[in-house]
Amino acid sequence: MADAPNSPGPGASPFGRPLSPHLQIYRWTITMAASITHRVTGIALAAGTLFLAWWLIAAASGPDAYGLFMRLATNLLGEVVLFGFLWALAFHLLNGIRHLAWDVGYGFKVPTAKLTAALVYGVSLLLAAGAFVVGIMVRGGLGT
Amino acid sequence: MTARLRTPLSRIEGLGAGRSGTMHFWHQRMTAVALVPLSIWFVASALAYVGADQGAVAAYFAEPVNAVPMFLFVVASTYHMSLGLQIIIEDYIHQEGQKIALLMLNRFAAWAIGAASGFALIKMALH
Repeated sequence: MADAPNSPGPGASPFGRPLSPHLQIYRWTITMAASITHRVTGIALAAGTLFLAWWLIAAASGPDAYGLFMRLATNLLGEVVLFGFLWALAFHLLNGIRHLAWDVGYGFKVPTAKLTAALVYGVSLLLAAGAFVVGIMVRGGLGT
Repeated sequence: MTARLRTPLSRIEGLGAGRSGTMHFWHQRMTAVALVPLSIWFVASALAYVGADQGAVAAYFAEPVNAVPMFLFVVASTYHMSLGLQIIIEDYIHQEGQKIALLMLNRFAAWAIGAASGFALIKMALH
């Protein structure tokens, strides 16, 4: 803090008010990462609803449309995207529960918030990996 | 600066967060709570039918016990999505025209995805 709060220093607002430092100034914390990841996974899941609609329309349209969807979903890129959606859903679901706990007043202490953020990362990866393996076992192997 | 002559009350009475902010918050939370069981059910269903052919998937969603939760999942997730994306647009897009266009596009996209998914479910149910 070289400048006094109200003195126009480098990057100060023209009104002489102090500006909040930009995001890149702060040291990264796991709680901050979890907050940003929540938003990013939300955007990814929004894109995922397009695939969900496509899957349902293909299933409603007939064997040809469904076959095309399955061929694209089960190539290597499709598998990577599916794993990404599984993890994004697991993360957003678990971190969403963390947010709901905050809404009713629980989990605000810094050590608790740090622990729950780490748990959300770890458990979401485990859940996504577990679900992915179950999917492979149900289908009977990777690829088509 | 006409803004100085306006009372805080008059500013919130017009367009703005004065009337819709808490509803947005509340609906985001309601859909979030609904989506906890619905998304777990959806992933379990999708995993069970991951290698199934089209006929088996269509037959699964033709059953009311599966069609109804899937319909609820589609409605809750597209609504939750439109609420979340709206916040992101409002946070990062500051140019008024762009913001209004994107907010409108956001709602159109949510309705289009929801309608397409819902139509597919109805088609499978009636087939």
